[in-house]
Amino acid sequence: MRKRSLAMVYELAKRDRRVVFIGSDLSPGTLPELKRQCPERYFMEGIAEANIIGMAAGMAMEGLLPYVNTIATFITRRCYEQVAIDLCLHDLPVRLIGNGGGYVYAPLGPTHQAIEDIAIMRALPNMTVTAVCDADEIARLMDASLDWPHPIYIRLAKGGDPIISRAERGFAIGKAIDMIDGERDRSEVLLIATGVATTQALQAAERLAAEGVRCRLLHLHTIKPLDHRAVLDAASATNLVVTVEEHSVIGGLGSALTEALVDEGLVGLPRVKRLGIPDKFANHYGSQSALMAHWGLDAAGIVRAVHDARGGLRS
Amino acid sequence: MKKAMALTYATDLERVKMLPLDERSRYLRGLIFRAIEKGGRGHIGPALSIVEIIRVLYDDILRQRPAEPKWPGRDRFILSKGHGCLALYAVLADKGYFPAQELDRFCHFDGILGGHPEVIVPGVEACTGALGHGLPVGVGMALAARIQGRDSRIVVLMGDGEINEGSVWEAAACADKHRLTNLIAIIDYNKMQSAGSVYEIQNMEPLADKWASFGFQVSECNGHDVDELRAALGAAVRQPAKRARLVICHTVKGKGIPSAENNPSWHHKSDLSEEVRQAIRGASG
Repeated sequence: MRKRSLAMVYELAKRDRRVVFIGSDLSPGTLPELKRQCPERYFMEGIAEANIIGMAAGMAMEGLLPYVNTIATFITRRCYEQVAIDLCLHDLPVRLIGNGGGYVYAPLGPTHQAIEDIAIMRALPNMTVTAVCDADEIARLMDASLDWPHPIYIRLAKGGDPIISRAERGFAIGKAIDMIDGERDRSEVLLIATGVATTQALQAAERLAAEGVRCRLLHLHTIKPLDHRAVLDAASATNLVVTVEEHSVIGGLGSALTEALVDEGLVGLPRVKRLGIPDKFANHYGSQSALMAHWGLDAAGIVRAVHDARGGLRS
Repeated sequence: MKKAMALTYATDLERVKMLPLDERSRYLRGLIFRAIEKGGRGHIGPALSIVEIIRVLYDDILRQRPAEPKWPGRDRFILSKGHGCLALYAVLADKGYFPAQELDRFCHFDGILGGHPEVIVPGVEACTGALGHGLPVGVGMALAARIQGRDSRIVVLMGDGEINEGSVWEAAACADKHRLTNLIAIIDYNKMQSAGSVYEIQNMEPLADKWASFGFQVSECNGHDVDELRAALGAAVRQPAKRARLVICHTVKGKGIPSAENNPSWHHKSDLSEEVRQAIRGASG
């Protein structure tokens, strides 16, 4: 996903002279073609996130389109005030590409695990928050990003993730995508997921379907702006909504959905189960998939949660 | 203009403090006092130390078109110490960026002039107020000018307390890496930060040496002496350079109101007592 996103930066830079790349001490050999062909628009800067966000803001004020890339925790937590003031207050079209959203850096510990990035980015006015599900979808997002007039946080996953998105389902920033054909009006359970958690939710939906439990799956590659119409329509047509995210239960997708439901004042609210990372820093290492399974964010955990919630509905 | 190492700060401060203000400087302070009285508040000391710096920039240094604030060929000025905004507002109003009547709505609910400058104000390049933001943004603007082939000069004015912030030094290192000869940083060296003397709170000396070691070409001047400012800032923007420039301006916090000078209690006033009002009126007269 990261490779594809950077390849797209190169494509966009070739297409549009406003595009500038800024990295913060990334791997050697990042974007060699851009560096060779457009050295004036390629910046590999030091470990100084506050500076590169301000620098990107200064460039964007002059009409450039900076794509800034470093590890997700560093591009969100480390320079939060710069993101808030320099980017969001000025509403500048800067793109923050955060490597390793969620538990991608599981073996490296909590310093590198972006488990609240969606929450803190979502709280900022003018910020758009995205978490695509695979490499094909990142290409669609990057393509759409060229003309989006606001700052965007782009949460990346590990790379090598299964491709589950399809071009024919379309892509627009801020628009939810139905991931399972034919379940729009007949499903018993509504799954809503973001990022690579959508892959786990899709597998869970397939297993549940095999057991006779029909699920609709809405993929929200954009958490903000939330596709209110899509989630409210879908939620009003079901008794059980399960949200799935590789993120703290505080402030992420589940929060966004429940806020929308409550604010809308839906009569007869569906039951909502939010699956996410509890309000804790990880106390295990291992792998991303192991930590996701640990908190029930894998397909098996989602199936279990759906069963439990359906049991609760019946009792 | 003096050489960096020739200064002894005690004597310099005395000389800076003793300098009388000319009519234009007193007039601009009058605009600041007007806004403070109408707004009932303001960062007074931090504005009064930079009046001459901003005056000289807009009178003599910056290429700007007040009737066309977004003119692409303009020089950019970022007031990184955003809390000193009253001085900027006074000069912008005087130059015609907006009607002087706006000063009467300083910090009012429906005014455009807030306690820190925002880009809704014609002539304001960047929203500042949180410290340590201006130099990184200036670095980006300087790089953009290079990419776009413009000869715009980017001037960033920082406070001496502000440069405690680490982001300032991140940006300084970056400016040197890119040899940003179109970037001119200025420090308002009034030797006071909010809590008291910079030498007690967070001493940044040897200041000129620090910036020189970060790759900047450093000069110093009396920040209330209009002729010295013209010479120092003029040299910084006009003389060919191989590096980014820094001008350290020795100033007096609260300059122009005798009881406010070097008095930390005048850093910010959110409630104007009769004593404060009288001091301001005394200075206006």
